[in-house]
Amino acid sequence: MLDRAPAAETPAKDDATRRVRFRGAGFVPAGSRFGGWIALALVIAIWQAAGSASLVNPLFLPAPSAIARAIYELAMSGALWQHLSASLLRIGVGWLLGTAAGVAVGFAIGLSRLARSVGITFISALFPIPKIALLPLLILWLGIGEEPKIATIALGVFFSTAISVYSGVDAVPRNLICMAQSFNVPFTTIVRKVIWPGALPAILAGFRITASVALLLVVSAEMIGAQYGIGAFVLQAGNLMQTDQLLAGVVILSVFGLAVGKVINWLETRLLHWR
Amino acid sequence: MDLIANHITHRFGDLAVLDDISFTVGAGEVVAIVGPSGCGKSTLLSILGGLLQPTSGAPELRGAPPADSLNPLTFVFQDFALLPWATVEENVEFPLLHTQLSATQRRALVDDALRRTGLTDFRKTYPKQLSGGMRQRVGISRALAVKPAILLMDEPLSALDSQTRELLMEDFVRLLADGGMGAVYVTHNLEEAARLADRIVVLSRRPGRIREVVTVPMTRAARGEAAAREKLLALQNQIWSLIRNEAIDAEREVQHA
Repeated sequence: MLDRAPAAETPAKDDATRRVRFRGAGFVPAGSRFGGWIALALVIAIWQAAGSASLVNPLFLPAPSAIARAIYELAMSGALWQHLSASLLRIGVGWLLGTAAGVAVGFAIGLSRLARSVGITFISALFPIPKIALLPLLILWLGIGEEPKIATIALGVFFSTAISVYSGVDAVPRNLICMAQSFNVPFTTIVRKVIWPGALPAILAGFRITASVALLLVVSAEMIGAQYGIGAFVLQAGNLMQTDQLLAGVVILSVFGLAVGKVINWLETRLLHWR
Repeated sequence: MDLIANHITHRFGDLAVLDDISFTVGAGEVVAIVGPSGCGKSTLLSILGGLLQPTSGAPELRGAPPADSLNPLTFVFQDFALLPWATVEENVEFPLLHTQLSATQRRALVDDALRRTGLTDFRKTYPKQLSGGMRQRVGISRALAVKPAILLMDEPLSALDSQTRELLMEDFVRLLADGGMGAVYVTHNLEEAARLADRIVVLSRRPGRIREVVTVPMTRAARGEAAAREKLLALQNQIWSLIRNEAIDAEREVQHA
């Protein structure tokens, strides 16, 4: 027979009780929706206040209002679009070329034993080289036009993309591939319906990295040899001690980086909604 | 169509896993494979289903599969193996995509499979939104959609809680009731084996050899009756006595591995 517990057990009056201490707090960082924006606004406000009160020499750190004015003047003069379009073209073409080659090579390494044994050796040897160091060689090979700058960006994007793609392919659960094989699903369908969507989270994470790599390389390449482009503009402003213009270029780069991040967030929401 | 394990031996490098396994699964027959942990039950099933090449021997088929069977040997996996990015109906349709069937024919097969597993109302849901039991139902539904002759089930209930296990066991009994579909059912759960199988192949510890083939002396329908419980329990005890000492040895071996 089962023992029946009393409906409610209350401790005797003379029993000393202690509440069990809660120990489960922390390690669950939740982002606040507006926290980041409020912090940013606060920093800009303090920066502006320091500038207005002449606490900071505007030659070293111009106030946010001066930077905003510089951006406005750049936009009105048409120079902003001239520099921005040159950079966007280089980033766009370089990123697309590097991504297309990286995805193709990454999938080949992920799916073929021969490509893996050859490809990983080359990638391991070449990936650590700072790609900007190759720019002089690329200028020698391709001339002084747009090609070497685009090639530098494409090279930088290629290696990161290839690595993220084959890592993503490797991470596709083996049981899903076995499942597909057990239904006699053809190789191409397995690649399209199992491996591609399975590797997509890693590929999109790779895009986030390659967008930053492309931005870094375009600025570096433009600083070495370009008349137009945000990198060239920033360098020129620095040489002329026009720090408001220089920081205007930096802000534009930051906004571009944020915009790319937003696009990748949107892609992840659209394509990885199942996670 | 019969499935024959013909002197199957398998090694992983120096590790002998299976040693000369031979038995036949007849049309519509359910054969359970039980044995101590690590005796090669799942390896044997992978070999039978053509997912693993044996070191020697071979899995063979005798006779033609049913004319409407799209995948005569079909797995139901322990971990469900569902595509997380696909809805329930897309998962069930997945093995039909490469066939010659039209979209309408595929739709009819998917609808039928979903109906038989009680998933019709969940067709647009994603696996992550489902409980473990429902996910395994999707796995079963996907298997049914291709009209298999023999289901190869690798511990299909072991990842589930006991109540869900009981419900799915009832589903298996119902699905296998008409004898139109056979099964090889790998399990470490002797109760499941006794409830479902016509014959139980008992393997020894690694390298797995056939210790005994036990025939369950009653129909599956009769096993649900109260009077059958004692007989089934006796059968389970008989099998347990065959593998108990080896299970203890196997457990120690795993712990020291």
